[in-house]
Amino acid sequence: MNSALVLTLILLLAVVLIVGGLVLSRRSQRAAGPPASPPIEAPTRPPVAAPSAGPVVAEPVGEEIPAGETLSPPVAEPVVEERPRLRDRLGRTRAALAGAFTGIAGRSTVDDETWEELEEALILADVGVATSTRLVEAVRERAAVERITDPGALEGLLRAEVAALLAPGDRTLHRAPSKPTVWMFVGVNGVGKTTTIAKLAQREVGEGNRVVLAAADTFRAAAAEQLGTWAERTGAWLVRGQEGADPGSVVFDAMASAQTRDSDLVLVDTAGRLHTKVNLMEELKKLRRIVDRTPDALTEVLLVIDATTGQNGLAQAREFAQAVEVTGVVLTKLDGTAKGGIVLAIQAELGIPVKVVGIGEGAADMVPFDPEEFAAALFGD
Amino acid sequence: MFDALSDRFDGIFSRMRGRGRLGEADIDEVAREIRLALLEADVNVRVVKGFIARIKERAKGAEVAKSLSPAQQVIKIVHEELVETLGGTSGKLAMSPKPPTVVMLAGLQGSGKTTAAGKLARLLKSQGLQPLLVAADLQRPAAVEQLRVLGRRLDVPVHTAPEGGVADPVEVARSAFDEAARLGRNVVIVDTAGRLQIDAALMDELRAVRDVVQPTNSLLVVDAMTGQEAVNVASAFDEAIGLDGVVLTKIDGDARGGAALSVKEVVGKPILFVGTGEKLEDFEPFHPDRMASRILGMGDVLSLIEKAEAAFDATEAAAAEEKLRKGQFTLDDFLDQMQQVRKMGPLGNIMKMLPGMPKELRGAEVDEGQLARIEAIIRSMTPAERRDPSLIGGSRRLRIAKGSGTSTQDVNALLKQFKVVQQMMRSIAGGKRPKLPAGMNLPPGMPGLPG
Repeated sequence: MNSALVLTLILLLAVVLIVGGLVLSRRSQRAAGPPASPPIEAPTRPPVAAPSAGPVVAEPVGEEIPAGETLSPPVAEPVVEERPRLRDRLGRTRAALAGAFTGIAGRSTVDDETWEELEEALILADVGVATSTRLVEAVRERAAVERITDPGALEGLLRAEVAALLAPGDRTLHRAPSKPTVWMFVGVNGVGKTTTIAKLAQREVGEGNRVVLAAADTFRAAAAEQLGTWAERTGAWLVRGQEGADPGSVVFDAMASAQTRDSDLVLVDTAGRLHTKVNLMEELKKLRRIVDRTPDALTEVLLVIDATTGQNGLAQAREFAQAVEVTGVVLTKLDGTAKGGIVLAIQAELGIPVKVVGIGEGAADMVPFDPEEFAAALFGD
Repeated sequence: MFDALSDRFDGIFSRMRGRGRLGEADIDEVAREIRLALLEADVNVRVVKGFIARIKERAKGAEVAKSLSPAQQVIKIVHEELVETLGGTSGKLAMSPKPPTVVMLAGLQGSGKTTAAGKLARLLKSQGLQPLLVAADLQRPAAVEQLRVLGRRLDVPVHTAPEGGVADPVEVARSAFDEAARLGRNVVIVDTAGRLQIDAALMDELRAVRDVVQPTNSLLVVDAMTGQEAVNVASAFDEAIGLDGVVLTKIDGDARGGAALSVKEVVGKPILFVGTGEKLEDFEPFHPDRMASRILGMGDVLSLIEKAEAAFDATEAAAAEEKLRKGQFTLDDFLDQMQQVRKMGPLGNIMKMLPGMPKELRGAEVDEGQLARIEAIIRSMTPAERRDPSLIGGSRRLRIAKGSGTSTQDVNALLKQFKVVQQMMRSIAGGKRPKLPAGMNLPPGMPGLPG
């Protein structure tokens, strides 16, 4: 290392020490003293648009694209069509876990290795170490109390524990007492927020509701186009802004538009954001505040989680819940071999229930979550 | 991303440090903790098993038993094994002897293929190559449009299906070569549609695209937040198209990224690049050794130095060094340095890379508002005050606080911190190893100022 580099490091350290020290001292102040000043109105992502005057005077930046002539006669016929059952779709998951169970059932006695294998099977399903241990412990206790010595019986016990863990929680998608109802979709990048909205829009339009899609993802290139395509296909209205526009203005416009059009439902598509980005989480809070100006309209804030997500899903749920009071989880991409076991951990640790499950590419592949079925599908019946 | 993992090891090894030799039971305990940490980090169960077995084997070996500092030995072993699992050496894109070089990106839906394609195009362009982006994702609505927008931003041409023509990804891929020849492009980056590895029809399509473009590099794009499934995905894609490497995306979150370990171990192909943020320039070569160091809480000093070199002005740095030596580091200098550091990116990211940072700081998000506040405080001081903060008494404090829109407590806190650092600087300049405030450790290898 030459001296310039060493110096650089030291200066860096200096800066970090000073700033870091301040951060820490502010933190402890905050923890001890009265709540610190209101959160700084965070700058949104790289400023692209002209400085936004904030949502209050939000001029409609957005253009409205009515969804062609398809408005009055809804495109999709009422969705009475056969909905795929969760259980059928979870077949592959079942197979994966069943493999573990047949191994266990084939043993003659229950020993430490049996428990380890049970736990490992759950971990492989992304349930996570803590929740897996908790489930296995519960089964272990019951097995002891009920003097179960047959390894084959353990599966039933574990299945009951999983169902019991998932049982509590309100799984309805609520509607506002008066029009419009607003559902907001949040989550990290690439989990399937836009596709989820498209599927729900199709269902709602099919049931005769007037639906507005708010393309509040103004960050990702062509995100609004993606939602626009879906609006056309489903017969919903699209409210969008310029790329890089203030997403708050889009939400504001969508709310206004829903009121003038007497719409039933507004689905707000937000940009994917990692829950660790403070600025972007502040932006999300702001979007919520804008919706909240219409009292009681916002009935659901749905966190979209991808079934392939590992233990980070828990951190996501925690942070999003803290920022915008998440009411439920949408579990997507459950049609692969991914197990989506992280929802067990989310329910166990945070008490946030899964409300909807996405299990395919089609618009009809959106089913309500059913804990009994989920557990049954996991372990086969 | 591996921060939480390194916290974990911190815990284990600080307990171990107190002891003398490692007994069998100690090794088992360490192995259990490492196993737990790796599982919580989403490393695949099977990969963990192999990893732990290797660690235990080596930890029981003579090298540890004879060592006077067994904890150090175990850290070394774990580190080496991590580097090995993560890939040994850092990889590079293979260049075709007969241009164009073809890079094909594949992966699950939402893993970040289109963004990675744009970022890769930017990187290659900055290296003097002429990339062509090919939009072979005809599944997701507006995916083509997304790539077009990225291409426009980067001033890189994008090849798409002809307007009104048949939307066939294989055809798009085939015609890309003529387009590359026509435009004189020497790298072709093919963005494919996201697909589930068990979707037979789409995997066949992917194979067909592969056969047409004969990629020099078939890359799998994997989300760093992926759980146990990463192994299945990687092996299925490898089986279908034969992978040459991996791109790991979204590592700027707090996912521990065990998927990286799993994929590398199972597929045996290097991780070439990592996506580190939302901007197109947030794309870096993957460095297994640095990543392993980070896992073990040793910080990521090498990346830091690289960033520093890019951001710092050599003459200014020399001037600051001179001041440092003489113990004349003032608030003005501090302000200058802070601005230099800000050029390197968000301070939170930099702190993560620094070795020996206390846990609270490593995870802390420093928002830019806080930096702005510090700047405001310093700028509200007179030049004399900045040179000699001891001038600042009660009424000056009040004035500074008012001038900067902060409170006197904020001003006090800054002055106090600065004093601590100044003292530290003096002792460094004096050639002594600095005594740091509680909770801070300098990395063992960090020397005092030379000369």
